[in-house]
Amino acid sequence: MKYTPPGQTGSIVSVQPRYENFIGGKWLPPVAGRYRVNLSPATAKPICEVAESTPEDVELALDAAHAAKDEWAEKSSAQRAAVLNKIADAIDEHREMLSVTESWENGKPVRETLAADIPLAADHFRYFAAAIRSEESEISEIDKDLIAYHFKEPLGVVGQIIPFNFPLLMAAWKLAPALAAGNCSVLKPASPTPWSILKLMEVVQDILPPGVVNVVTGPGAEIGKALAANPRIAKVAFTGETVTGRLIMQYAAENIIPVTLELGGKSPNIFFADVMADQDEFVDKAVEGLVLYAFNKGEVCTCPSRALIQESIYDRFIALALDRIGQIKQGNPLDTETMMGPQNSAQQLAKITSYVEIGTNEGAEVLIGGHRADIGGEFADGYFFEPTVLKGHNKMRVFQEEIFGPVLAVTTFTDEADALSIANDTLYGLGAGVWTRDGSRAYRMGRAIKAGRVWTNCYHQYPAGAAFGGYKISGVGRETHKMMLEHYSQTKNLLVSYGTKPLGLF
Amino acid sequence: MTGTGQPQAGRISATPAAREAIKRLCAARGGPVMFVQSAGCCAGSVPMCFPAGEFITGVHDLLLGKIEGCPVYIDSALNAAWNSPDLVLDVADGEPEGFSLGPGRGQRFITRAACKESRQHGSPGSFQ
Repeated sequence: MKYTPPGQTGSIVSVQPRYENFIGGKWLPPVAGRYRVNLSPATAKPICEVAESTPEDVELALDAAHAAKDEWAEKSSAQRAAVLNKIADAIDEHREMLSVTESWENGKPVRETLAADIPLAADHFRYFAAAIRSEESEISEIDKDLIAYHFKEPLGVVGQIIPFNFPLLMAAWKLAPALAAGNCSVLKPASPTPWSILKLMEVVQDILPPGVVNVVTGPGAEIGKALAANPRIAKVAFTGETVTGRLIMQYAAENIIPVTLELGGKSPNIFFADVMADQDEFVDKAVEGLVLYAFNKGEVCTCPSRALIQESIYDRFIALALDRIGQIKQGNPLDTETMMGPQNSAQQLAKITSYVEIGTNEGAEVLIGGHRADIGGEFADGYFFEPTVLKGHNKMRVFQEEIFGPVLAVTTFTDEADALSIANDTLYGLGAGVWTRDGSRAYRMGRAIKAGRVWTNCYHQYPAGAAFGGYKISGVGRETHKMMLEHYSQTKNLLVSYGTKPLGLF
Repeated sequence: MTGTGQPQAGRISATPAAREAIKRLCAARGGPVMFVQSAGCCAGSVPMCFPAGEFITGVHDLLLGKIEGCPVYIDSALNAAWNSPDLVLDVADGEPEGFSLGPGRGQRFITRAACKESRQHGSPGSFQ
């Protein structure tokens, strides 16, 4: 089926001409009164206007968050969990509306938002609602009369900066643990994708106490620093690229506050020869596992963008994969048959085009794709790029740099040691995939690959309850697991003496 | 700043449009800017432009050169992973990414890879 684009008659998504910031439970116009046009990447045409905020708006959001933080922190975990569960219910109730919104603003196909982004966002709120209910403080009996109580206390007001590739899901990943742990948030959506988070706020505004979540939209240069360097935040969480990540750490150092960062990746996806030892469903699964580089048109930090295929099966396996890639349906992201929508922005499209040229200039061979995709009709101006495969070697720049598009770099390896060496020859360490029928080999490889998540005989699954985060320059901290509560809490120790005897020193 | 065993940094050059944009930006801001080549994830592979001194460089940052008096840096590990590329600073349409400043007029800074042959000819290639 095809959903009607937001803004057109009959769409399940209502669109206002202009969106304000969501601050203190109210929709507040930006202080400077500036707005900018927000485009759909499918058509390069406007969806709506959003606030082009200034540091004054960040201060208003921080005022609201600080006004709300004590009451929110003092709520019982059961009360906070109830709010999180209601948010999850509201997301489920508006699943189609949010899916279409997310698809139209980001460009990702609605089949993905319906099946993954939106249900996973709801599930993250439920997971952290459960996690906070099961949190227990710890008590140590230092000696018979001296007891150490360890309580988890919220940090206060946190700053959260969201990327454009999974606007709602990344917001959920960050908001759910922060709110569960008793914090209030000032959240800055990515500049190209501010709208879907504002639509989410419409859905949850009557559930959240005012000021617990505040959303300020605008350019990073203007308000990113105003938030990340602000002495009124107690922690900053960021997903994005490395230079901004370093800058955020630098700001955090100035304020002596913790950071969590999820940065880039150049994830290896490794296919051992025994994958082809039989002609069964598993081969089919492995082929799909390779083609998952096209998931969300490759705009994923963990995109399996380096396929390492064992030499002895290369010809047969790549033939199956190229056949599958050739069947990818590109076009209207709101058509449930579409597998790949447009890249998120003209900037992304230009970058991807540039990288394919860099690859071919380095001697990489284009096995499929390589060009802007011509969809035609109402999508003629959309930012579509063909699913592309480049064959080369791991020292090429296209094997080393994250392209953030549907461009797979493929190479071969001889044996397990060679596979491991290529896999780890990267600056990044976010994700990896290992495909084999040999459980011992899968375990050895999984433990030896320097990455925070090694998908084994699967890829691109993001269930709450499995920790996600980077080794090396791919980041600091682990999301999507209850350990994230640690990143949003500080420990209060009460060291209590129940004895009556003086120390006897004075 | 090149550490022992580190490959030499490539060279940075700029198109006339980029030079004009930098001059315009510095004049508008009343002070110089700096560039840091980014990599990875959503806003990667672009030169991040900050007020001069905003980004604290360390011993692992290589100075590629200066354009209109504004320094351009790349992380040494990134430089090595990219095989010490020669880069050309340019401008393109579109808003800047991340926390980067833009030169205004709806433009952003980009880096293009210079053709290696152009090293000998002394003029930047301009494929993107």
